[in-house]
Amino acid sequence: MSNRTLKGKTAIAGVGETIYYKHGQSPDPEFVLVLQAILKACEDAGISPKEIDGFASYSNDRNEPTRLAAALGINDLRYSNMNWGGGGGGVAAAIGNAAAAVSVGFADFVVAFRGLAQGQFQRFGRAAPVPTVSGGPAYMSPYGVMSPLQKYAMRAMRFMHENKVDHSVLRAISMASYHHAQNNPRAVMYGRPLSEEKYDDSRWITEPCRLFDCCQENDGAAACIIVSAEKAKDLKQKPAYILGAAQGSDHRCGAPVMNATNFPSSSFASLAPRLYEMAGVTPKDVDVVQSYENFTIGVMMAVVEHGFCEPEECNEFFQLENLMAPGGRMPLNTSGGNLAECYMHGLGLQIEAVRQIRGDSVNQIPGADVALNIAGPMVHHVSTVIMGSEATL
Amino acid sequence: MSETYLPEGMPIPVPMNDELDRPYWQGLQDGKLLIQRCGDCGIWQWGPEWICHECNSFNMEWTEVEGQGTIYSWERAWHPVHPALSGHGAYIVVLVELPHAGNVRMIGNLLGDPTQDVEIGAKVKAVFEKHDGDQPYTLVQWKVAD
Repeated sequence: MSNRTLKGKTAIAGVGETIYYKHGQSPDPEFVLVLQAILKACEDAGISPKEIDGFASYSNDRNEPTRLAAALGINDLRYSNMNWGGGGGGVAAAIGNAAAAVSVGFADFVVAFRGLAQGQFQRFGRAAPVPTVSGGPAYMSPYGVMSPLQKYAMRAMRFMHENKVDHSVLRAISMASYHHAQNNPRAVMYGRPLSEEKYDDSRWITEPCRLFDCCQENDGAAACIIVSAEKAKDLKQKPAYILGAAQGSDHRCGAPVMNATNFPSSSFASLAPRLYEMAGVTPKDVDVVQSYENFTIGVMMAVVEHGFCEPEECNEFFQLENLMAPGGRMPLNTSGGNLAECYMHGLGLQIEAVRQIRGDSVNQIPGADVALNIAGPMVHHVSTVIMGSEATL
Repeated sequence: MSETYLPEGMPIPVPMNDELDRPYWQGLQDGKLLIQRCGDCGIWQWGPEWICHECNSFNMEWTEVEGQGTIYSWERAWHPVHPALSGHGAYIVVLVELPHAGNVRMIGNLLGDPTQDVEIGAKVKAVFEKHDGDQPYTLVQWKVAD
């Protein structure tokens, strides 16, 4: 069974992003944004859009592969895949699913993509004003638990209580993203730095989170193209190989009314060991971490669950200097991430990891060979992917 | 109209259209807190589901439970995300473990001053909050036990 691994079999050969807008400000419809991102990724990889033969996405993306394939004039659509689950828990899974499809020969050029235009559609952070609710929401909405943060703050409050975590941990995570965004002209928060005072003075959204603990909501699209390792060597860019991918969550993570067995958690406890085993690396080998910030609280627990520090070490570990490129102990969210670059449901973070492996990030870690990318902490189906340079194969 | 913790206009809970949790909502209207328990293996389960997650029996029963709990976690919401909450100000949500029902957890509001300190581990007591109107329903709220 030793061949049951993705390690080194595929690589990301092209990446594409639209301009990132504040929510509701895209001049183009969502479908057009997705097309733009895909075309840019093809150009980056040096392939014709007609060669694309598969699509993978997550979070019920509205832009269906059959429409994309018809619009782009794709000759032979061989693979389409939707990873169940809301939020950004599926972004690394979409890349993993694309890599799996390529590695078994379903398709040769699979695009993992996500598009969001919230002027055209609904925002995440607002509850739909429906008159009645049933099922899981009936046990939460009447008590004012409706937004994603209101659903997840409870996990963090318990985690912080059990492990005596200070709010400085959340502040350092937020400031790392804003710090890195100041070198990134693509970032929506470029030119808008965050100081300790500004963070501390910001209003509570839901305790324990302040305004700057929460991601933006944005319009835009992003795409990356997954091909076989052999093919990647012949294309334009330095390949970012997929070393490992894992998705899922542990016992009754999705149990209704916050009855998950392992509740003070970001849902990665059982996933991370599987991921590292496939990739053949340990946290010590990881040069740079991109960890999806829906909220800083999720980053805190996800980094712990991926083994970078023990839960009771958070206060020492999450110091801003430890999280900063290029010299920090664990450089984190080096493009500015969901907080300060763009909330493209985490796909922007995956693309930043590709840049780190290629060596062309605006906050480059010298000689970055291994990048770990965490998706959608605290949702009920999460995923992570590890990418590496040729030296890691 | 009786006094409620959150303003009028919040979403109204109704039973699922497959009837799974109708006994719970009816129980609250009758002044009883009913939680699911497996008729075969005896394990407590929450939220409601058709099958026991331990032994996979479909023989799930509704069992009356004392309205006593312990605060397991909490949050204080400030930013209104629903029109009915605009201008309302902060409110507290608690996640309460029920020691008399296998420590399953329920969500409710913590009655009293919304700026009060909340202590994880504090004992709380259930309060039935009646909502009248065309679609009457009852919520379980919590107050710190004396």
